[in-house]
This record gives sequence, C-alpha cells and structure tokens, in this order.
Amino acid sequence: MQTYDVAENGLRGLNAALQAQSDETNQTSWEVQNPKGSHAIAVGLDAPIEVTVKGSTGYYCAGMNQQATIRVEGSVGPGVAENMMSGTVVVEGDASQYAGATGHGGLLVIKGNASSRCGISMKGIDIVVHGNIGHMSAFMAQAGNLVVCGDAGDALGDSLYEARLFVRGSVKSLGADCIEKEMRPEHIEILTDLLERAGSDAKPEEFKRYGSARQLYNFDVDNAAAY
Amino acid sequence: MKDTDQTIPRTLPIQSATFTNPINAEIRRAAATGIYDIRGGGAKRKVPHFDDLLFLGASVSRYPLEGYRERCETSVTLGTRFAKKPIELDIPITIAGMSFGALSGPAKEALGRGASMAGTSTTTGDGGMTPEERGHSSKLVYQYLPSRYGMNPNDLRKADAIEIVVGQGAKPGGGGMLLGQKISDRVAEMRTLPKGIDQRSACRHPDWTGPDDLEIKILELREITGWQVPIYVKVGATRPYYDTALAVKAGADVVVMDGMQGGTAATQDVFIEHVGIPTLACIRPAVQALQDLGVHREVQLVISGGIRTGADVAKAMALGADAVAIGTAALIALGDNDPKWEAEYQKLGTTTGAYDDWHEGKDPAGITTQNPELAARLDPVEAGRRLRNYLKVMTLEAQTIARACGHNHLHNLEPEDLCALTMEAAAMAKVPLAGTDWYPGKAVF
Ligand SMILES: Cc1cc2nc3c(=O)[nH]c(=O)nc-3n(C[C@H](O)[C@H](O)[C@H](O)COP(=O)(O)O)c2cc1C
Repeated sequence: MQTYDVAENGLRGLNAALQAQSDETNQTSWEVQNPKGSHAIAVGLDAPIEVTVKGSTGYYCAGMNQQATIRVEGSVGPGVAENMMSGTVVVEGDASQYAGATGHGGLLVIKGNASSRCGISMKGIDIVVHGNIGHMSAFMAQAGNLVVCGDAGDALGDSLYEARLFVRGSVKSLGADCIEKEMRPEHIEILTDLLERAGSDAKPEEFKRYGSARQLYNFDVDNAAAY
Repeated sequence: MKDTDQTIPRTLPIQSATFTNPINAEIRRAAATGIYDIRGGGAKRKVPHFDDLLFLGASVSRYPLEGYRERCETSVTLGTRFAKKPIELDIPITIAGMSFGALSGPAKEALGRGASMAGTSTTTGDGGMTPEERGHSSKLVYQYLPSRYGMNPNDLRKADAIEIVVGQGAKPGGGGMLLGQKISDRVAEMRTLPKGIDQRSACRHPDWTGPDDLEIKILELREITGWQVPIYVKVGATRPYYDTALAVKAGADVVVMDGMQGGTAATQDVFIEHVGIPTLACIRPAVQALQDLGVHREVQLVISGGIRTGADVAKAMALGADAVAIGTAALIALGDNDPKWEAEYQKLGTTTGAYDDWHEGKDPAGITTQNPELAARLDPVEAGRRLRNYLKVMTLEAQTIARACGHNHLHNLEPEDLCALTMEAAAMAKVPLAGTDWYPGKAVF
C-alpha cells in the first residue's frame, strides 16, 4: 500500500501521484493521511485504484472521479464527488451541500446525512444516503437515482427531469413538478441493487418513488406560477 | 368666404414617443400569447458605444508610424499569471463561447477553422465540446458553465484554457435557454435531456456561490488539469470593478467582461434590453480594479459585447483591454443575416439584419439551427475562410489606427489616444470630450 501525508507533502503532490496511475498500475491501494479538511483531495482520478482518506475533507473531495474507489473515513465538505463520471465514492460520515452535484455516473454512498442540494443537477450518477438529506435536493436532476434511507427536506426534486428519487422516510415538501410515482418491479430491482452495493439493509418495499410530472418540459402560460 | 371643414388646419397624427409602434406591437403580442418575447442577439437599443470615441492621431507632439513599412505587432499572451501553458495568440481578437446546440455543427466547425487560420482561439459553450470543434480549433477554450451539460474531465483536459462562466452581458444573472425545436437527438444526448423539451440552463453554479467558493473551485480545476492551462472567469458587465477584483482574488488568470450589447443564443427580450451595462462603461472600472490590485497586464482583460470593427478593437485596447472576443460579428462573417436570404426572412416575418429568432431553429443561413437541411447550407470551409478574412481585416484596421497614433504594438494604445464625442461617452470612458481637456467626474483643478 502507498501512503501519502497531505499535511507534510502538500496537495499538488497527492493529486499528481494519484492522477499518474494508469489502468495497468500495480499501485492499486492508497492511503491519504492528515487530510485536515483540505479542499480538492483526490480529484480528477482516472484509474481503477482504491484510495482511503483517513479523516475529513473540505470542498470537492473526489471531484470528477473516474474509475477509482475513494473512501473517506470522516466527513466531507461541499461538492463531494461533483461531476463524477464513474467509480465509487463512500463517505463514512456526513456530507455538506451539493453532494454528487452534476455527477454523470458512478456511485456515491454517504453513510451519514447529506446537507442541502444533494444530487443537484445530477446527470446519471447514483447516490445512496443512509441518513437524511437537506432542502432543494435533486434540484433540476436530469438522470440517475437518488436513494434516501432517512428523510428528505423541503422542495425535493424541484424542476427535475428524468432522475428517479427514492425516499424511505418523510419528505418535508416536494418541489415544482415533482410528484410521487408508482413503484414498479423495475424500480424495486434498481433499489435492491443500489442498497446492496451501498451496504444498506433497508428494504426496497419501504421506499416511495418520486419523479417528474413533466408539466414544465415545455413553456405554457398556464404554468406561469411555477416558473 | 366662410371657412369650411376642409380648410381648417388640422393637427397631424402624432406617434407617441412612449407608446411607439414596436412597444404597442409587443403589448398586443403579449396579450395574444401570454408569453414573454424570447429572441437571440444582444441589446438593440442605442447605448453609448465605441462609436462615441475618436482617436486623436499623431501630429507634432507625437509622431506616427509608417503604414505597411513600420511594424505594428498584434500578438497577445493570455494566462501568464498561474498557468504553465499560457495561450499565445497572433491577434487580440478571439471567438467567444457559443454553444453547439445554439449553433449547428458546421457553424462550430467554421468558427474553429476561421479562428485557427487567423491565429486565434475559439470557445465551446453550453452543451459541451464536440470532436469537430476540437479537431478544427488549434486553440480551444472550454467553458465551465452552471448547467455543466456535457461537462467531463476528459474534454476539460483537452482544452487549451478553461473559462468559468459566471454570466453573460446579454443576461447577467440569467441562465441559458434552448427551446425544444433545437433539442435534436444529438443535442439531447450531449446534455442528458429528453428530446424536444424547452431547456433552461441554471443561472448560477450548482456547487459554489460567492467569491470564496470560486477560489476553491478554481483550485479544484487547476488540480484536475495539473496547473497547465489558464483559467478565465467570464462575467456579464454590471459591477465591473468589484467583479474584476473578486475574480482576481479568486485566482483567475484572465477576466472576460461582456457588455450588454453582447449576443446570446436566446433569452427574454426584457432581459437583453434592461439588465447590464454597456460595454463602453465596463472597461475603465475593470482596468481600475486590475491596476489597484497591481495586476494590470498580469491578469489579462478580455472585453466583448458589440465589437464589430478594428476601430472597436483598438478602442477597447486603448482603454486597457488586452484582447477582445466576438460572437455576433463572427456569425455575420459566416453568413448570418445575409441579404441573399431576404425572401426567406420575409417568410419568417422579418428582414435582413433584424432576424433574431435564433431559438426557433429555422435560420435560413443554416447557422443557428439543428435542422440538418438548413445546416447543410453552410459550407464550413468557405465560411471559415470568410471569418479568417474578417479577422484579418479587423486586425489590419486596428494596426492602421495604432500606427497613426505612433504605436508599434496594439498594446501600446492608451486612453490618451482617445477623445469622446458625447458627455456620456466621456464619463464612461474617462477620456476628454473632443476639443476639451475635461470629462465628467474629472476634478477641475
Ligand atoms: C448564438 C450565441 C450563442 C452564445 N452562447 C453562449 C454560451 O454558450 N456561453 C456563453 O458564455 N456565452 C454565449 N454567448 C455569448 C458570447 O460568448 C459573447 O459573450 C457575446 O456574443 C459577445 O458579444 P457580441 O455578440 O456582441 O460579439 C452566445 C452568443 C451568441 C450570439
């Protein structure tokens, strides 16, 4: 295993070393020590490596990840795994705002709670939050799945497109154009798979599904109050 | 003889200066449809502009350079502050970001070809990078927009520079719009959206707000691209002094300031005409901010919004810009609003020069469309050549002026080369009213 001490050796060296790994690397296991809330830890990776961050991070940890599996043994600041393309990011603690923002692919697991705007503008990423999520989550979410084992805050799924939202607990309020939808067998299948991969023992049957009513897809003066 | 009705002088019908025919037509249109007017282009109203400035030219106190014979350099380097690989351009005129989606594939290709032949850069736009434009652009700036449509780290790393778009002059504080007619299969796929929907791009970034966050966002982008390429920050002109200062503080290599005449692919007319300040008004405050922070020329300033001629380029540079960007003018050079399509413009209820319903995707010139038949009307090689010619002419014009003012590099143009024709322009550009040594706001003693 490779170890890297951020406090001692700096951020640039860390990202340069991790980004230099290729598909064929045999340095597949990395441990990042003393992150001490630094921003932009393990960003832009593109190799099938496993990175464990021993502590909490600042903004944009694992940003734009491709292929790598990044596990944070702590909590993360805003924008964890933002614009992730593929791979897996697991946060043992809580996540601040915009977790998984604009993510195009991969799996983001948050073992604790996620703050507001979780999954904002998501474009294909799968996000599983073991705890609760804050307000305006999945705002303008385009594609992918957001699974919440706890409760969701205000205005869930406001102006969303084709993303699927699954919530086990309560939803404080739904945003514009977001409605509860029928849970069909294919959705149970998606949920079963995601919960299993995220290490959650919640039962798919306990969830409700939410999605777009598709009423705001084209301009209509009768919807002016919702614009 | 008695006066008859016919002989009594009558008042002439007088049109209201407030309720003009265009205003009244808009009231009727709104009443009939229940939706605001959406259009492309920039502010059409008259605002103080570069036309209100004149160059003084050399005479006894300064001597000119010989046209053609004495050199007048035009090159510019953008991104010298932090980037390992700054962008070196032969001319200080760049092509502004215009999205694939708003523009057809051949139009984007033509922009790349024309810019590359002229030795300058072109820019992607909302919706991501297409292989055609990357292939045909020797220097390509990748826009990082609030929507993040098509945004991915592979394309980010293919870029020669990154432009974080905070706003646009046509609609500072607003997001993009691409209506259903233009969401073709390819555009929908690139943006991960259902086909045919009316798409609105977000007006602010999903994962940062404010200058302190921006600093961290810039750090992330630099870490992902290894500190290699310059990072620009583009803002719509509203509070140019503070926005420039904050962009610099956040770590920008280049500030792009876009005035209210700047074009857009589509937005509400009310937004285009009533939000933001003229290009002329934003340059001096932006330059002042750079000077106050001691980074003028170290952080480069790119000005856009209504740049049409070499004179405009020279004036923007004399006021302190390092380079300019063009959008609308580049489209016109490609063939937009060309009189040869007049019959078709008439059918669309408009006329040459006024056609701005770019969001409808019916552009007779085949530029602002995703309709394959219309798009095929634009030959990207020929259109690229026209753009190159136009860029060359603008450069020659700017050189002509610079030599006349005695400068051997466009960068040496200075405010002292200028005077203003109107009080407004004098106040905004902080150059004296023609024939005086005074501008509004200047202390008398
Ligand atoms: C058709 C069209 C599409 C545009 N698309 C974008 C865009 O995607 N992103 C952006 O930042 N600006 C966009 N702009 C604005 C230009 O980048 C630029 O700011 C403006 O065109 C400059 O003013 P000018 O048109 O007067 O030259 C667009 C402009 C036009 C005309």
